[in-house]
Amino acid sequence: MTGTEKIRFERVTKTFTVRDTKQKGVMQEFTAVKDLSFTVKEGEFLTLVGPSGCGKSTLLDLLGGLSMPTRGRILIDGEKITGPGLDRGIVFQQYALFPWKTARGNIEFGLEAKGVPKQERRERAEHFLALVGLSHFADRYPHELSGGMKQRVAIARSLAFNPDVLLMDEPFAALDAQTRESLQSELLRIWEKTKKTIIFITHGIDEAVYLGERVVVLTPGPGTVKTIVDIPLKSRLEDADIRSHSDFVKARHEVWSLLHEHEYQGAHI
Amino acid sequence: METIKSIQSAVEPRKPKLFVFSSLQKVFKQSIVLVALFLLWEIAPRIGLVDQAFFPKFSSVVVSWWNMVISGELFAHFMASITRSVSGFALALLIAIPLGLMIGWYPLARELLNPVLELFRNTAALALLPVFMLLLGIGETSKVAIVLFACTWPVLLNTIAAVGNVDPLLIKSARSMNISSYQLFLKVILPASVPTIFTGIRMAGTGAILVLIAAEMVGAKEGLGYLITYSQYNFQIPEMYAGILTIALLGLLINQGLSMLERKFSKWKQPVNS
Ligand SMILES: Nc1ncnc2c1ncn2[C@@H]1O[C@H](COP(=O)(O)OP(=O)(O)O)[C@@H](O)[C@H]1O
Ligand SMILES: [Mg+2]
Repeated sequence: MTGTEKIRFERVTKTFTVRDTKQKGVMQEFTAVKDLSFTVKEGEFLTLVGPSGCGKSTLLDLLGGLSMPTRGRILIDGEKITGPGLDRGIVFQQYALFPWKTARGNIEFGLEAKGVPKQERRERAEHFLALVGLSHFADRYPHELSGGMKQRVAIARSLAFNPDVLLMDEPFAALDAQTRESLQSELLRIWEKTKKTIIFITHGIDEAVYLGERVVVLTPGPGTVKTIVDIPLKSRLEDADIRSHSDFVKARHEVWSLLHEHEYQGAHI
Repeated sequence: METIKSIQSAVEPRKPKLFVFSSLQKVFKQSIVLVALFLLWEIAPRIGLVDQAFFPKFSSVVVSWWNMVISGELFAHFMASITRSVSGFALALLIAIPLGLMIGWYPLARELLNPVLELFRNTAALALLPVFMLLLGIGETSKVAIVLFACTWPVLLNTIAAVGNVDPLLIKSARSMNISSYQLFLKVILPASVPTIFTGIRMAGTGAILVLIAAEMVGAKEGLGYLITYSQYNFQIPEMYAGILTIALLGLLINQGLSMLERKFSKWKQPVNS
């Protein structure tokens, strides 16, 4: 299963046209990410870590087909990404749930758009609500759910239309430490169960090392790939306190050192 | 798995008893000052604080109000007013909501129309009353038209603003699920806009009554506004107050009705004071 290439970034550059900060009315090119090249294997859990503003969300938008690279290309299953598709599901940091829909309604949203019949929609929503442990909250509106529960719904919503790839943009950054840890292990459990390819963006070193089979370390301004670190941890879920394990500590330190080299001076990690 | 269990056990059944009690308390809080006000209205003329001839006591107003109800006079005026305001209001919604959705959806339309909309928004409807009467006469048409005019702007402008202010993240999230523009509009833009549109509708509801009464006071043969001026001319002061009271009730009724609808359509919104 693992080994086959799923996604390939080929020298991807994205520039934005922005207003000049000094001269009024003058437009300027701003490079958010530059010459990104890396591949993601099928079924892999890949984390991307880098300081805030280094282009992580830009990169995810490109993968989601929500914007197009200025130069270079991104391939998925060997084909160039030309727009959004239900082969990729996105989970955003701010949940992005539709506030007028219940938890169930939110999960059914993508299916509805896809034209899945009502009965099947129901069943699938039930299944994914159960998967994220929210069966009893199906009829709650987002404002009646805690942050952690909202993010579970968002994850269930993305999984519901059965994408091959799950794209996650700092999904747990707004949660408290305890909720974050329990969602992290739940995500690993879901990953093992569903065999999805997961690309997970974070600015937390701990999170990147705990979740990722490989960690892509990005440099700031413009964002480029600095190194890709292999994390040789086996069974994260079996060892309850894997974060104190020497392999984890070593891997964590390696990523930490990379993120504290001179090019990160002044960046917000 | 532990977290899942603990979350599920946190679901508790509603407590209906507490709910009834708190709603009783709410009714009490809402009516206490009102009752005091009516008491004051009753007492002040009785003890000579104000002149009974110009400010009759509350009970006399209620008596003449009841007499007008029985004679059917009040109902006729009430119906005349409500028919005019509802027709104007409904027409305004029919025009302003689709138009607002369209203008809000197409940036070019918004840019083109913005100056005109600003101009009309800032033109007091009542200032145009003479124009409407000149063009449409003093019959029903001019009254319905002025209500229509007054109601259109708040609904139109709120609808445009609503469409323009939909959370971009929601649009992004929906687009990532590869939905068509048509579906995006129907399933995201429209529902997200409902609360803001309703604010406009409520503003229009209040405006409809206000403008209509004023129009009826100037030139009409029936309606609550006409009732008030007519009573005043003939020195039927309790009847005049009864008319005023009816208008207040009508306004309240419309506002309550619209609030109820608004709550029904916006129940997903977080209550402001929780
Ligand atoms: N639409 C845009 N227009 C102009 N600049 C943008 C836009 N989106 C992102 N940027 C800039 O690109 C850089 C990277 O942003 P982002 O991808 O959000 O970073 P991260 O997610 O790593 O914090 C930032 O400096 C940001 O200001
Ligand atoms: Mg970001």
